Parts: sequence; C-alpha cells; structure tokens
Amino acid sequence: MSVLVFADQHEGKIKKAALEAVQYGASVAKQLGTAVNAIVVGEVSNDELASLGNYGAAKVLHVADARLNDIEPGVVTKVVAAAAEKEGADVIIFAHNFSGKAIAPRLSARLKAGLVAGAIELPDTSNGFVVKKNVFSGKAFAKVSISSAKKIVSVLPNTFSLAPVGGTAAVEAFSPAINDADFKVKVVKVETVSGEVPLTEAEIIVSGGRGLKGPENWGLVEDLAHVLGAATAASRPVSDSGWRPHHEHVGQTGLTVRPNLYIAIGISGAIQHLAGVNGSKVIVVINKDPEAPFFKAADYGIVGDAFEVVPKLTEALKKYKAN
Amino acid sequence: MKILVCISKTPDTTAKIAFTDNNTKFNDAGVTFIINPYDEWYALVRALELKEKLGGTVHLITVGGADAEPIIRKALALGGDEAFRVNADSQDSFYIASQIAEHAKAEHYDIIFTGKETIDYNGSSIGGMVAELLDLPYVSVAAKFELEGTTATINREVEGGEEIDSVSLPVVVSCQKGMAEARIPNMRGIMAARTKPLKVVEPVAADTLTSIAGFELPPAKAGVKLVSPDNVEELVKLLHEEAKVI
Ligand SMILES: Cc1cc2nc3c(=O)[nH]c(=O)nc-3n(C[C@H](O)[C@H](O)[C@H](O)COP(=O)(O)OP(=O)(O)OC[C@H]3O[C@@H](n4cnc5c(N)ncnc54)[C@H](O)[C@@H]3O)c2cc1C
Repeated sequence: MSVLVFADQHEGKIKKAALEAVQYGASVAKQLGTAVNAIVVGEVSNDELASLGNYGAAKVLHVADARLNDIEPGVVTKVVAAAAEKEGADVIIFAHNFSGKAIAPRLSARLKAGLVAGAIELPDTSNGFVVKKNVFSGKAFAKVSISSAKKIVSVLPNTFSLAPVGGTAAVEAFSPAINDADFKVKVVKVETVSGEVPLTEAEIIVSGGRGLKGPENWGLVEDLAHVLGAATAASRPVSDSGWRPHHEHVGQTGLTVRPNLYIAIGISGAIQHLAGVNGSKVIVVINKDPEAPFFKAADYGIVGDAFEVVPKLTEALKKYKAN
Repeated sequence: MKILVCISKTPDTTAKIAFTDNNTKFNDAGVTFIINPYDEWYALVRALELKEKLGGTVHLITVGGADAEPIIRKALALGGDEAFRVNADSQDSFYIASQIAEHAKAEHYDIIFTGKETIDYNGSSIGGMVAELLDLPYVSVAAKFELEGTTATINREVEGGEEIDSVSLPVVVSCQKGMAEARIPNMRGIMAARTKPLKVVEPVAADTLTSIAGFELPPAKAGVKLVSPDNVEELVKLLHEEAKVI
C-alpha cells in the first residue's frame, strides 16, 4: 500500500497546484502509515523533479517522454494506472486543476476507484475514508465516503498552503509502453499568457464589475493589481460585454477561485458571483452602495466611489510596499 | 451527425441551500429545478447548432427519477429530438457514467457532450468516466468546438490560457462558456416537445464507488469591518496586521 500523486507540469515547471497535491499526498500517507511517491510526465529537469521531496515525496517516477509534454488524458490515464500498479498504490492524488479534471475521472473509471473531486480537507480515515468537498458551488460542503478499495482524491487548488520540509526525492526513470496510436487527442497549440499567474493559483485577485462603467477604466484595477502582484478577474456581465476576456470570468458559471485576498470593485455580490469567490480567505469590497449584498460576504469594506477610492488605495499600498 | 447530450437536473442558481434528515439530504422544499446551466447553455445549444448546420439528430439522456422529466421536456423544447431517462436515483458519478455509457454503446454517437460540471455536486467527472468506459478520446472544459468533416478542433481551458486540440470523431467533450450562446425555447418548440419521445429505461447493474455521508453549511462570516474612504491607509494596515494577507 502506498500513495501516488500525479504532479503535472507546464514547460518543465511543476505547477503550484501539483505541489499542493504532493504535500496533501504526503499527509495522507502519514495518516495511513505509508510512503508517498509522485509521477511526472514530460520533459522536466532532474532538479525540478527532486525538489518534490521538499513537499514530502519519497520518490518521483519520471516518464521523460516529449510526447507527454502536453496532456493526452487517455494516454496519461494508462501511464498513471501503470505507475499505481508498479507501486502498489491504493490512494492516488491529483490537483483539481485542468489536468486533474481531464485525467482523474478517466482513471477512476479505469480502476473502479471512487473519486472525490475538489477535496478541501484531509480525508477522515477514522472510520472508512471520508473526504470533504465543496458542493452547491461553494455554498455548502459534502462529506463523501469512498467505498472502493482504490481511491482517488483531487485537491482543490489554493486550499492548502505550501510548507516546504526541505527534502530531496529520489528520481527514477519510468517507461511504460506508450503507443503513438493512443494519442487520439492531438495538441495543436497551447496559448497561455506567460508571465501571468493563472487565476486559480493566484494568492491575491483584484476583480472588477459593472460599477467600473467600461473597459477604458480597467487601468484602475490593473494598477492596484500591479502593486499587489495580483491577478485580475471580472464579474460575468463584464466578460459577457467583452470588457474583459472570458478567462477572467469568476462565479458560478465561471472560474472558482480561492485566493488569500479577493478585492471586489464595483461588483454587487450577486449569489452567482459569490459562489465562485466565497472560498477566498479574506474579501475586501469597494462599492458605492452601502446596501450592496457583497458587504454581507466581506471581511473589510469601503463604501465609496471606486474612481476615488481605488487610486488612493493603490497609492497607499505603493507607500506600504516601499517601506 | 448523431449527438448525445447529458442533462442533469440542478437547483436554480438562487435556490436556498439547506439540508434535512440530519444533514444528509438536500432540502428541496420550495426549490425550483433547472437544467444544469453548463448542460443547457453550452452542451445542448452547441449540439443544436451542429445539427442545424450539418443535419442529424440530438439525443438527450438523464439519469434520475420521474421528477427530472420537466427539465428533459424543456431540453426537448429547445430542440432535442429524443430523450432517454434512466430510471435510477444515484449520487455516485461512476454509477451515473456507467448508465450513460451503456446507453451510448448501442447508439454509436459521433459526439457526446456534457457540461463541465454540475452546479450542485461540482464533480467534473461524468464526461471523463464515460469516455474511459467507451474507450473514446476526451476533451475536458471546452470553450469552442468546430467540425471539419470528421475532425473536431476543440479549445480546452488550461491554467492561464487555452489548448487547441484536434481529434477525430467519435469524441466525448465537457462544455463550458464560449461554446454557444444561451437560447430560450419558443412556443413552437414547447408544443413540439410534448409529443417528442421520452423513453424511460431501467438501469443496468453498476458499481457505486462513493456516497455522501453528510452535508455542512459554511460558518457565517463575522461581519464586515467598514473603513472610511478617506482613510485607505487604515485598510492597508488591517490587511497587513490583522488579516496578514499582504
Ligand atoms: C444562472 C446564472 C449564472 C450566473 N453566473 C454568474 C457568474 O458566474 N459570475 C458572475 O459574476 N455573475 C453571474 N451571474 C450574474 C449575476 O446574477 C449578476 O448579474 C452579476 O454578478 C452582476 O455583475 P456586477 O456585480 O458586475 O454588476 P451589477 O450587479 O450591475 O453591480 C454593479 C455594482 O457596482 C456598484 N457601483 C456602481 N458604480 C460604482 C462606483 N463608481 N464605485 C463603486 N461601486 C460602484 C453598484 O453599486 C453595484 O453594486 C449569473 C446569473 C445567472 C442567472
């Protein structure tokens, strides 16, 4: 028995959500009195692989196959299944990010291993194997019990803060048979905004709503985000009107985010918006309407005109950062 | 073109979330149910657009009790041709996926669309499971789907951007925003839906791998601390010293 973590990478760098998954796997392994190993696919440097030891991985199986630099869910499912078999892993952990969403369900069906997608706590193993997850788009939690012998858990990004332990993992080459014919989904192109933190991994998010009146005013949001090293997001009508790109849309029908700090500017706080952001650790709301529902979900608030308050806040933060 | 759209019944987005039976059951008293928005706005409408352009049929499937029929009728009113309801009540994704896969095996669909997740269970799992059970390629969280002959070009969301995939049919795709523009059913569609076939099929035996042990509501927020707009420095101080997030 052991725990296996699929740690995904982009351009040779292990994603932050994957590090969180490794650390989660290490905690589960400790709970079960066993070891945790990781599997990484695609071209990644040995140093990067060994650094997973910093989050508790004892060993990293590395499939150094350039065909796997991008994810083909069917192929990676087979690879992870082979690794699980080799290591006798009963518990397999993913990040509940886009790779996890592509692979974990396939693996679940392949191994008949019950899946809890988007875990927010370590499993309760005192009586069975019960994992807590968000349901109703963050408006409630469910405790889900996995009854199958093999178990899969995907970990909600930004839920567990990273606490490096300072270890080095052993790296072992792993080369299961992979047929070209299995690559049914061909990746033509990957278009990522490089240099920017993906929203789902961002520690701080500055988000703008219809209260900002138009795309020409987004400098306000960007300047504030810039001093904080934050990512930017938007409410649905803002992205629907094309003021901001679709991938910035957060809420029930957009992305679910859980930053440490979510600053909402000119957003009313409709229930569907809150569904995507209510997992944020601290929420700051800037709105000129004291009755805006968002204040009920906020930790800190300023009732005021965004066009006056936000530039002042940006200046104050600049001064704070300078000290 | 033969397309299957998986439809799930979910509470309306504004529904009050509460539980009964010692926090083991969703309290549906007074709750309006809708088609899961991702299934309706993106999966179903994209299927209809493809049918309108290329001809063919759009089938709908739901795994659920008779109380799912109103939402299935609505999906038919939007333009689905024929619906199947697998008469089973389950919350386990693998069980549900097994029922859908069993149905699909006999029908040989070119495309199977699901929503990217349901807004109640937020599992994001059915599409991938169905694909694995049928040994089909799977593209998750897709924002665009174009077809050229039997080759689909699909944009799928990845961290911080998009990946553009090319895949030969048949394929399973989970859909999100960007796939299509939401539609509302018209009178003609609503009338036609009344006589469209809605077949009730009994479930096949399948494993249940998970079960819900109980629900919880998040603790209430302590209440907002208001800061004067003329004293933004105070907010900076609070965020640093009290909240410790900057
Ligand atoms: C099924 C469904 C799904 C949905 N999914 C989502 C979703 O995923 N995400 C989402 O965001 N929405 C979603 N919505 C829409 C949601 O109901 C709201 O309509 C939307 O969130 C409102 O966006 P907003 O707050 O930017 O705009 P508004 O509601 O128009 O609010 C603008 C706010 O700005 C304030 N304001 C105006 N001027 C200023 C100023 N100068 N300074 C400061 N404040 C100012 C106003 O007081 C107001 O509170 C969904 C709706 C439905 C029905």
